[in-house]
Amino acid sequence: MTVIRSMVLVSDDPLSRERNAGAVQERFAEEIRRRGLEGEIAVHTISGIRCKTVSPLAIVYPEAAVYGPMRVEDVPLVVEEHLVRRRPVPALMPPPHKFSGRLAWLPRRKGTLPAEQRVVLQRVGVIDPESLDDYLAHEGYEALRRVLGTSTPADVIDMVYKSGLQGRGGAGFPTGLKWRFVAGAKSKKKYVVCNADESEPGTFKDRTILEGDPHSIVEAMTIAAFAVGADEGYIYVRGEYRLAQARLRKAIRQARQAGFLGENILDSGFSFDIHVHSGAGAYICGEETALLESLEGKRGEPRFRPPYPTTCGLWCKPTLVNNVETLANVPAITRNGWQWYRMFGTPGSPGTKVYTILGNVKRRGVIEVPLGITLREVIAIYGGGMEDGTRLKLAQTGGSSGSVVPASLQDTPMDFNSYKQAGVSLGSGALLICNEDTCVIDLARVLMNFFRVESCGKCTPCRVGTRRAHAILTRISRGQGTMSDLDELETIAEALATLSNCGLGTSASVPLRDILRHYRAEVEAHLRLKVCPAGVCAMEGSRD
Amino acid sequence: MDAVVDSHRITLAVHEALEEHGHSRGELIPVLKAVGEALGYLPTLAMVEVARAMQIAPGQVFSVATFYTLIPTEPRGRHVIQFCESAPCHVQGGRLVWETLRAELGISPGETTPDGRWTLLTTSCIGQCDRGPVMMVDDDLHGDLTPDGVGEILERYE
Ligand SMILES: Cc1cc2nc3c(=O)[nH]c(=O)nc-3n(C[C@H](O)[C@H](O)[C@H](O)COP(=O)(O)O)c2cc1C
Repeated sequence: MTVIRSMVLVSDDPLSRERNAGAVQERFAEEIRRRGLEGEIAVHTISGIRCKTVSPLAIVYPEAAVYGPMRVEDVPLVVEEHLVRRRPVPALMPPPHKFSGRLAWLPRRKGTLPAEQRVVLQRVGVIDPESLDDYLAHEGYEALRRVLGTSTPADVIDMVYKSGLQGRGGAGFPTGLKWRFVAGAKSKKKYVVCNADESEPGTFKDRTILEGDPHSIVEAMTIAAFAVGADEGYIYVRGEYRLAQARLRKAIRQARQAGFLGENILDSGFSFDIHVHSGAGAYICGEETALLESLEGKRGEPRFRPPYPTTCGLWCKPTLVNNVETLANVPAITRNGWQWYRMFGTPGSPGTKVYTILGNVKRRGVIEVPLGITLREVIAIYGGGMEDGTRLKLAQTGGSSGSVVPASLQDTPMDFNSYKQAGVSLGSGALLICNEDTCVIDLARVLMNFFRVESCGKCTPCRVGTRRAHAILTRISRGQGTMSDLDELETIAEALATLSNCGLGTSASVPLRDILRHYRAEVEAHLRLKVCPAGVCAMEGSRD
Repeated sequence: MDAVVDSHRITLAVHEALEEHGHSRGELIPVLKAVGEALGYLPTLAMVEVARAMQIAPGQVFSVATFYTLIPTEPRGRHVIQFCESAPCHVQGGRLVWETLRAELGISPGETTPDGRWTLLTTSCIGQCDRGPVMMVDDDLHGDLTPDGVGEILERYE
């Protein structure tokens, strides 16, 4: 089997055709053939992206490098340099803003490919994360300088609001609106808290940002603090993330020394400082009110709401809580403007999303792509396809609080709205890709075990429901389930969804609901026939 | 259990943690964590001393300490294994590795081997999923585990 290592897509639309795109494509094919690379490099057309100034375009994957306007005579250089020597040719690339956002429109059509777009991960892997100079050389603290120099807090909030940025911690709440609430709360003392407790199974995007670009979070928090009127901030970092903590502490020291943090920042009269707080090992502390309890030195048990943290948060002062990835978008938005930001993603869910791709794919890792890309594309382009010879059965999104997304939804655009309409959720950005060797009972049992272990025990539906559901699923996996287990699982799911005090219990209902909805036949096979169709469950007790 | 660590060491560890983090209520968790790290676990006597110094009820200190997995309240073996039992590691081959590991050690999660060499724990996720299945041995991360490779990793720890 030959593996396609690169792919060239040439734009195919009336404007591009008029400008000789056909000849460009032919020349690519010819140059590739001439070098005997036709087994390794594919050439296709791509429709639906056009841009007056840069068409015709050629997009080279997997780097997602965009060249344009392409002339026939430029082709040999791109082939020789990029495809043979693997050195992209920046001289032939248009500035990203000319085409960004347009690429995000592709996903609705099959067979077309959106590019990886880096906003949040722009500097990750590019700069030395421990060097302030390197950060400064890559537009670092420019946003803060501009904000403190020329904007009012209301301007900043307005900009974030109009950008359409939604919280990346899992719930997708409009960030600008949350900032407005905190800004509007009357209090001398306010806090900004960065939620870096990332503990969703399968999610390590925040760690990637914190380790790779710690100053961006310091800068973003300072901008947020200016906008909402806070003078003190906390970064609550998961206890196990020691490198991230060390880098944040170093970045904070550097920022203080350089006058980007502390008293009278950049001579603006505005003061703000940040503490790094290490978590002590409890998944539930990622829930924002549990996090605040934990910051106050207590058991991390979620509070009853209202009041919300925006009015009564840390030490009952108005508090802005935002996720790491959410904040990492802020400097880029304030630097480039909300119109720029809206060029990425879809109208309902602007911007990019960082995903971790895991499971039965050829390549695992972190990607940042526009919201609206489809699962099929993520797997094919970034995951390098499914593991040898296997087929997609389902994807589990967003760590344990996401959904079980059946293969039938793999062409649904992944953005907050489209997923909601399809009855699934994007969650925190983990994409656990599962092939047909996966058993839904086994998967649900592992997921439920997580909730059982991590339930804080404060409210009964969650404490009891997760234990009970785990026991039933375990029994089914041993071949000892009965049909009445189905009803009981449904009752538990209902109770978890409606009666739990916080999102942990609600989330625990999701895998139950999803497997019963999409994989009922497979579940029933375990019960009626005492057979695990995927051959995973031991069913060892079925003969007792 | 408290005989494992003598009271003088406990007093010293509590003193040092309070010096570093201060006495305010908000610092309770960092203080408990520091004492636990210094002593290997958090003995009851240490909780009582922290409670007295910070003027909090001992019961409250106990209830906070037992909430967090990074503050162990029981002595542990010389080496602590934390095996990730979350879905990504499970799907990526963790199930078989786990069975091998348990057979190799002969103990259940939460237990310590009779010779005091190993404590076996499970953990929800360590955020290293692209290298799954993973486990931590003390502070070392071991990724891309296979059933055959586990024994060799264990041998590296005395
Ligand atoms: C059980 C549970 C766990 C959560 N874990 C996290 C987490 O690890 N990191 C995070 O940013 N948000 C987490 N959240 C969401 C937070 O409660 C909160 O919505 C988020 O920090 C708000 O930030 P955002 O608006 O920027 O997304 C969790 C929520 C629940 C219910």
